[in-house]
Amino acid sequence: MLFFGYRIPLFTSLILWAVLWEILGRTAAGMILPPLSAIATRMPEVVTNGDFGSALWITAKAFLTGNLIAVGIGIPVGILMGRSVLADRLLLPWVNLFLSAPLSALVPVIMVVAGIGEVTIILTVVLFAVWIIMLNARAGVKSITPSLIEMTKCFGATIPQAFTKVYVWAALPEITAGIRLGLIRAVKGVVIGQLLVSIVGFGTLFEIYLSHFLLEHFWSLVLILFAFAFAINEILAWCERRISYYASSR
Amino acid sequence: MNTPQPTMQKAQTDPLLMDTKPIVQVKNVCKTYPGNIEALRDISLDFPEGKLTTLLGPSGCGKTTLLKIIAGLLPATSGEVYVEGKKVVGPGPERAFVFQDFALMPWASVIRNVAFGLELKGIPRSEREAIAEKYIARVNLKGFEQKYPHELSGGMRQRVGLARALTVDAKVLMMDEPFSAVDEQTRRKFQEDMLELVANENKTFIFVTHSIEEAVYVSDRIVLLHRRPSRVSAIIEPKISRTGDPEKIRRQPEYLDVVEDIWQSLKQFLD
Repeated sequence: MLFFGYRIPLFTSLILWAVLWEILGRTAAGMILPPLSAIATRMPEVVTNGDFGSALWITAKAFLTGNLIAVGIGIPVGILMGRSVLADRLLLPWVNLFLSAPLSALVPVIMVVAGIGEVTIILTVVLFAVWIIMLNARAGVKSITPSLIEMTKCFGATIPQAFTKVYVWAALPEITAGIRLGLIRAVKGVVIGQLLVSIVGFGTLFEIYLSHFLLEHFWSLVLILFAFAFAINEILAWCERRISYYASSR
Repeated sequence: MNTPQPTMQKAQTDPLLMDTKPIVQVKNVCKTYPGNIEALRDISLDFPEGKLTTLLGPSGCGKTTLLKIIAGLLPATSGEVYVEGKKVVGPGPERAFVFQDFALMPWASVIRNVAFGLELKGIPRSEREAIAEKYIARVNLKGFEQKYPHELSGGMRQRVGLARALTVDAKVLMMDEPFSAVDEQTRRKFQEDMLELVANENKTFIFVTHSIEEAVYVSDRIVLLHRRPSRVSAIIEPKISRTGDPEKIRRQPEYLDVVEDIWQSLKQFLD
């Protein structure tokens, strides 16, 4: 970016927003939005707190388990939908419905079924992540060149062989994009799940900070979680770029 | 008559290759696509064993449709196809296919692509790769075994497609406009290689093209298809001497006569 003839790095805009936040925090808005500097100095305290460590562990566990389940269900079902008209007709309306539905509203239902605890968090993660993974796997399979499918049939592939040796690989660029989008949604899922259950992981911390009006702590935690979500997205985007070289040559 | 003349025969009669046993028989095949689009009307054809038969016709004449029905990739609306006397109900190991757009797996190396048919049959890796290597050398791709399709030119990719079809050792090799996606120079080289392949491999070739010159150059027999709906309009057996310099073939009067005859016959389809 060029500014009055000077080359300035992209993250400069972040500094501008940080300054704005700092100024805003020192006005009356400081009641709910403390200055950024105060939040930053609070961060080490929040991170070193033992509760943070255990919350992170519980969250990571729920996040990973939930995502594994979502990937394990989403990819095969999505591929099946891409290849079978019947499965597609049966499932697509539901997948589209859940993709756009306000899923947070369903978390209390999960709570009733699975109790107030880690299982509910895991199921919430699955609920948030699985639909986009499914839809992307389906799109990936649908975009396979017809001749590649004909080739698979011509050389005598059985149905399991066709799926594991060709369709999954051919749809891989879309599948990984789906997993990345699923993980981003899963971050929402894990936080919303914990907030609603509120006695597990970061949910407890948020609950404590808010009920004691510790807004600097609260915002530190929010920023840390944002940074986590951003980092996860970037790591996956990097992995995705590594395999998408063949997306155009299928 | 001293000069050999191209023989234009009425459809379905076959005096020249009559003694050659047909390996593929197409009997009264009709194909109607959804929406009542008639692609093929009552096609009956014999494909002589060990020869190269070309399906030639203007675009939209259903030649690819017919090839895919023989391959078992498309069901015929009515009529049957027999390969070695057995009715075709789907793809089979006695038939291999070379695709117009190569249909290679971009995530797999050349050797894995070539050995893919054997991999599906469950042949152990070392064994199938040994066979694949042999055919990779046969199509002049030695040294490219570990390359990936996106690192190869169009012509080289089609050689991979050809090697893959040879590797499964099918009796019938079907080729759907295999050279249309490669450039003109490569195409000529391919056509010369085709002649060598037909001479050396004991296989039956079914070849689809819209290029008259290509058809006359490589074929033992040309099936000329009309369109809308597709019918067999003529069967031609070019009597061209293919011994000696491949460059000379294109200058033989017989070659030029057959090309001209087919052109006259196809001219009526120009829009």
